[in-house]
Amino acid sequence: MEVCNCIEPQWPADELLMKYQYISDFFIAIAYFSIPLELIYFVKKSAVFPYRWVLVQFGAFIVLCGATHLINLWTFTTHSRTVALVMTTAKVLTAVVSCATALMLVHIIPDLLSVKTRELFLKNKAAELDREMGLIRTQEETGRHVRMLTHEIRSTLDRHTILKTTLVELGRTLALEECALWMPTRTGLELQLSYTLRHQHPVEYTVPIQLPVINQVFGTSRAVKISPNSPVARLRPVSGKYMLGEVVAVRVPLLHLSNFQINDWPELSTKRYALMVLMLPSDSARQWHVHELELVEVVADQVAVALSHAAILEESMRARDLLMEQNVALDLARREAETAIRARNDFLAVMNHEMRTPMHAIIALSSLLQETELTPEQRLMVETILKSSNLLATLMNDVLDLSRLEDGSLQLELGTFNLHTLFREVLNLIKPIAVVKKLPITLNLAPDLPEFVVGDEKRLMQIILNIVGNAVKFSKQGSISVTALVTKSDTRAADFFVVPTGSHFYLRVKVKDSGAGINPQDIPKIFTKFAQTQSLATRSSGGSGLGLAISKRFVNLMEGNIWIESDGLGKGCTAIFDVKLGISERSNESKQSGIPKVPAIPRHSNFTGLKVLVMDENGVSRLVTKGLLVHLGCEVTMVSSNEECLRVVSHEHKVVFMDVCMPGVENYQIALRIHEKFTKQRHQRPLLVALSGNTDKSTKEKCMSFGLDGVLLKPVSLDNMRDVLSDLLEPRVLYEGM
Amino acid sequence: MDALIAQLQRQFRDYTISLYQQGFLDDQFTELKKLQDDGSPDFVAEVLTLFFEDCVKLISNMARALDKTTGAVDFSQVGASVHQLKGSSSSVGAKRVKALCVSFKEYCEAKNYEGCVRCLQQVDIEYKALKTKLQDMFNLEKQIIQAGGIVPQVDIN
Repeated sequence: MEVCNCIEPQWPADELLMKYQYISDFFIAIAYFSIPLELIYFVKKSAVFPYRWVLVQFGAFIVLCGATHLINLWTFTTHSRTVALVMTTAKVLTAVVSCATALMLVHIIPDLLSVKTRELFLKNKAAELDREMGLIRTQEETGRHVRMLTHEIRSTLDRHTILKTTLVELGRTLALEECALWMPTRTGLELQLSYTLRHQHPVEYTVPIQLPVINQVFGTSRAVKISPNSPVARLRPVSGKYMLGEVVAVRVPLLHLSNFQINDWPELSTKRYALMVLMLPSDSARQWHVHELELVEVVADQVAVALSHAAILEESMRARDLLMEQNVALDLARREAETAIRARNDFLAVMNHEMRTPMHAIIALSSLLQETELTPEQRLMVETILKSSNLLATLMNDVLDLSRLEDGSLQLELGTFNLHTLFREVLNLIKPIAVVKKLPITLNLAPDLPEFVVGDEKRLMQIILNIVGNAVKFSKQGSISVTALVTKSDTRAADFFVVPTGSHFYLRVKVKDSGAGINPQDIPKIFTKFAQTQSLATRSSGGSGLGLAISKRFVNLMEGNIWIESDGLGKGCTAIFDVKLGISERSNESKQSGIPKVPAIPRHSNFTGLKVLVMDENGVSRLVTKGLLVHLGCEVTMVSSNEECLRVVSHEHKVVFMDVCMPGVENYQIALRIHEKFTKQRHQRPLLVALSGNTDKSTKEKCMSFGLDGVLLKPVSLDNMRDVLSDLLEPRVLYEGM
Repeated sequence: MDALIAQLQRQFRDYTISLYQQGFLDDQFTELKKLQDDGSPDFVAEVLTLFFEDCVKLISNMARALDKTTGAVDFSQVGASVHQLKGSSSSVGAKRVKALCVSFKEYCEAKNYEGCVRCLQQVDIEYKALKTKLQDMFNLEKQIIQAGGIVPQVDIN
């Protein structure tokens, strides 16, 4: 028996079993060799694989295992020692590598697992973010819808459009089947179906407001899901759809104007709400989502705001219409009043004339009749007639004066007059009556009382006459004293301060009588027209009671004050009045200086730089007038028409010469307009001189009436012009030219 | 030279006085002369030039207004022009022209066509005559000045 170095297999050669082992080993080897190839192939394909060197190790392990199994194939049959050696080497190597790999896998596998968990985690996160993004998107979309809805709602100020638009837009945005608005009725006890989106509703379809479901909705500002069967939601006939869509209702506050405050949300104290009902489509199995409910709530609020804007607008439009109506009415009333005043004035003017003429006739003829031969009875009759007609004439005058005074159409006629003479005249007029009644009258004129003053002589006389006349009338015995003085200090009335200006002064006249006196309580009534105190004395004196009223008005016109002081009944009374008069320097100076007036008063002989305006349509005469004035040193501006004159005239011009030769009064109108223009300004108006072809009385009167300061006859000579300018520019109140 | 000046001055004085005496000029003209000074040396000439231009214009206006061939005579227009002319002539002291204007105006108001036409012709003649006379007077003045003398002030009393 040869001793061979062959190794005998451990087990007996069982043919079948061995065959199977053989085949299995073969396939295992193939697999073991192909696995790394696959691995390499796929890893190369994939971009990411962190553990390449693990792969190598694993590859080695697999290859060696494969080699082991491959070599195992040879060990089934008798094999040489070399094979056994190789086998052993392979096995050993395999063992080493496997152990290394096993050891390494201990480190690797947790990592790989954690990768897996991370991947799972990220996937979850991604899913979560997806969800959130979906949510945000829906919210943003809701927001967009709300903005769009709001914009639609707020783009109109018409109530109906607002509400209709709301329903339409909501219906569109939320894809609603039906949308309805219930408004509270006037009584507030019912809700009336006012607007629906699709279905026509019967008019006057109401539900009582006290339903529990309605109270529930009104109780909260949120959108509330309600049953589709509740009365507010049952808008259309149930037509067999078995699954009604979900219904949501929300309250819409109807803000009243008065509680719409800017700063804080108005307290819903009025508790007037409308009900908005929204229905999802039937058979859709849609549910109300939270964001949809929020949308509905926001819209309801916006509608409330929009409605209040509309209400405000309606209010203001109504107020404006009302104001316009009132305006028209006021205008009409004013015009009527003006017409009435004009009519009255016309009437008065006519009546005045109409009444006076017969009156004068009566008085005149009665007086004449008195002069003739009459029997005592006849004389008595005539005297009575005369007395009565005089009274009547006085009454007429008084009434006319008073009415003219009342509507302010009376103007004082200023003129220079002698004050001392005036007092004496008044006294002379009253003396006869006073003598008859045995009432001595004394006149005291203060030494500093100016002699020549400027004022309305006629009316001042009227006032003094009236007061002194009253004093005489109401005194049965005693005496009357009239005192006139210049006053500078405060008068009795606290709101009336006397400020003597340069060329004016205040004249105070006190008329003291020792007659019946007046009850202090009656004093305020005295000055009201037609009022008379009830004492016997007054009733027998006659008169209409107008005298004092008229006097008061005249005094007021003269910027003065009048009052009566009395110590009581039977103790007499003192009537005092102050009036403002102008001082005329003419003759007052001469009186004070004692020398007669001479033309030695320094006159201006040249008027250098004096700015004047010349208005004349005729070019030649304009040029001549200009030459005249330039020769005297003036600075002349020339205009050739009324309009130009008005345009050009300014406060710098001291004098305006205007040609009034053209017939008619157009040229005189310019004087009025200049007056007008300058009364509005603070400045002194220029002096107005007319250049006329004639200076007869009517022209002069016309000039005066139009407010001109003087009149010159054309053509003007140099001396005339010089004189005129000197006179004009001396500080005098009144000018009489030419 | 002085003799020439004196002669010229004498001529000027006589001529001027004759103008006043013949009624061509009146006191207003004297006033006008007073206004001529160093500040406005040609004042009188300016005014008179303007006056004569005015005359021409107004007279042609009046002639046009009195022209029957263009339709009815508008006496108000004629009256307006006459008024203007009266004003101008009185401003310069053209005595005769002014007098004519006065009667012209009366004819106008009476709507006397023949009277108006006659007056118009007379006005035309008068102003031209006045113009010539004044021109002569001014020429005399110029001669005096050229001769080195001064124009004398003529006192009309």
